[in-house]
Amino acid sequence: MARVCKRIAVFAISWLGASVLVFFTINALPGNVAEAILGTDATPERVAELSAELGLDRPIWVRYLEWLGGVLHGDLGTTPLGHYQVSELLFPKLGVSLWLVGLGMLLALVIALPAGMFAALRRRRASGVAVSALAEVGMAIPVFWGGIMLVLVFAVWLRWLPANGYVPITTNPASWASHLVLPVLTLGLVQAAVLIRYVRSAFIEVLHEDYFRTARSIGWTQFRALIRHGLRNAAVSLSTVAGLQFASAIVGAIVVEQVFTLPGVGSLLLSAVSTRDLVVVQGVVMFLVAAVLVINALVDISYVLFDPRQRSRA
Amino acid sequence: MRRFQLWAGTALVGLVVLAALLSLVWTPYDPVQVVPADRLLGPSLAHPLGTDGFGIDILSRLLVGARSALLVGVVSVGLAAVVGVPLGVLAGMRGGWVSELVMRISDIVFAFPALLLAILLAAVYGGSTATAMVAIGISTIPAFARTSRAGTLEVMAEDYVLAARASGTSAPTTAIRHVLPNIVQFIGVQASVGFATAVLAEAALSYLGLGTPRAVPTWGGMLRDSQDTLFTAPLQALWPGLAIACAVLGFNLLGDGLRDALDPRLREAK
Repeated sequence: MARVCKRIAVFAISWLGASVLVFFTINALPGNVAEAILGTDATPERVAELSAELGLDRPIWVRYLEWLGGVLHGDLGTTPLGHYQVSELLFPKLGVSLWLVGLGMLLALVIALPAGMFAALRRRRASGVAVSALAEVGMAIPVFWGGIMLVLVFAVWLRWLPANGYVPITTNPASWASHLVLPVLTLGLVQAAVLIRYVRSAFIEVLHEDYFRTARSIGWTQFRALIRHGLRNAAVSLSTVAGLQFASAIVGAIVVEQVFTLPGVGSLLLSAVSTRDLVVVQGVVMFLVAAVLVINALVDISYVLFDPRQRSRA
Repeated sequence: MRRFQLWAGTALVGLVVLAALLSLVWTPYDPVQVVPADRLLGPSLAHPLGTDGFGIDILSRLLVGARSALLVGVVSVGLAAVVGVPLGVLAGMRGGWVSELVMRISDIVFAFPALLLAILLAAVYGGSTATAMVAIGISTIPAFARTSRAGTLEVMAEDYVLAARASGTSAPTTAIRHVLPNIVQFIGVQASVGFATAVLAEAALSYLGLGTPRAVPTWGGMLRDSQDTLFTAPLQALWPGLAIACAVLGFNLLGDGLRDALDPRLREAK
């Protein structure tokens, strides 16, 4: 229990640290937001006028606390032009990104767990080394190039799947699926390559443990011993890595959305950057960082579920 | 097998460095001059890898791209090492609240994804090579701080450090004479792995248009351009990706090879 409380405290501190970083980077230069709206050729008087209008002339820490209070209530800010709520812009984009990240991560686990176990068991044979080598090469492939290559094969040459775009699941489930196959495959394969390496070393560690040797000596097959003892023990070290991978999938999805022009959170963020809509950038980045931190915290807390030793140790 | 990693890594990294050096003195064609008549030519003797949508020789752009990748790598990894290593050594030597503070702050920075930091900087200052370097550099500081702290803790337990301290050597002198020379191999491994990450990140940023401007040849930027003509000139998308993969694989292998060569204990485990 103490461990869980400590982890929640670490989460709160990291989140506050991130909020300071985001807010002060965006608002570092005075009149930044106003300047971004008016463009570079605006007169200083006009910038000052708009700054006052938007309340930007008040001390930065007052504005920070105001913004922070809003974020804690789920209010990510309002754009100065058009008065859109950032959360209202964000919400409709969330579905695409959730499907992409969720299915991509699922695919990564489905590939990496068996492949990593195989590479661990056969680590001294050519087949196991081949799997490790393949993963090593996969780690070096940038996610967007992987995506472009998949488009080349499945959309340009074979013409089986669309190269880009998105259709909501409620409009046409079949079309929805066909538009998501390549993006999910892209994200999943790249994440799997990184995961395989960790799955492999986690299971190699298990293979050296006494309980594993005991299980083998009472006549269990290697496979049975791995499933019964190995999975649970490897899960402890793997959950950290899976959590970090989940976080990197959230960021990777921004790039994948760009490759396949999916209307997700990432494309909202990037279009806000290109139009210099700083309030939207600030809100969306804070949202994504919070998602990453929540996942990392949940993973750490899940230790307690996987590893009963942690409960008494705390 | 271990030697193989080291040699393969060195060969791939060497190839990229050679390409970058060569591009400083010679490229087959002008890497930025638009030649409308030569648009989207296939591979030929005159243009071994063909030309892109602007009629520019792809091989020439590829060579210059190596320069951009290495430049961002060197500056961002250098920045991370210059800040991270002293912090890690300080944390390792002082311990107590100093160590706790350094590690907690580096945890916070570590949890903040590099791409989001780069997006923030690009939104405020406009995307450029400099913002990409700063974002990648800051994100890599925690890795150097952690590695140096762990190495320092090991070194501080050695008798020669005890002897130095007992004979009145000051803490800064101990750090420079005894600690740094003995953790430099860990820093080298970290630098190699950091380089791989930096090359990947730089490519992603220039692909997204948040890093080096499009006029300057970068591998990420070339891939972005290639997507516009994917259906008519698919081969164009192949070369820059291969170049990135070569560089990243090379630095990763080099890092792994170095780690194993320096730490024989790891050999069995792998």
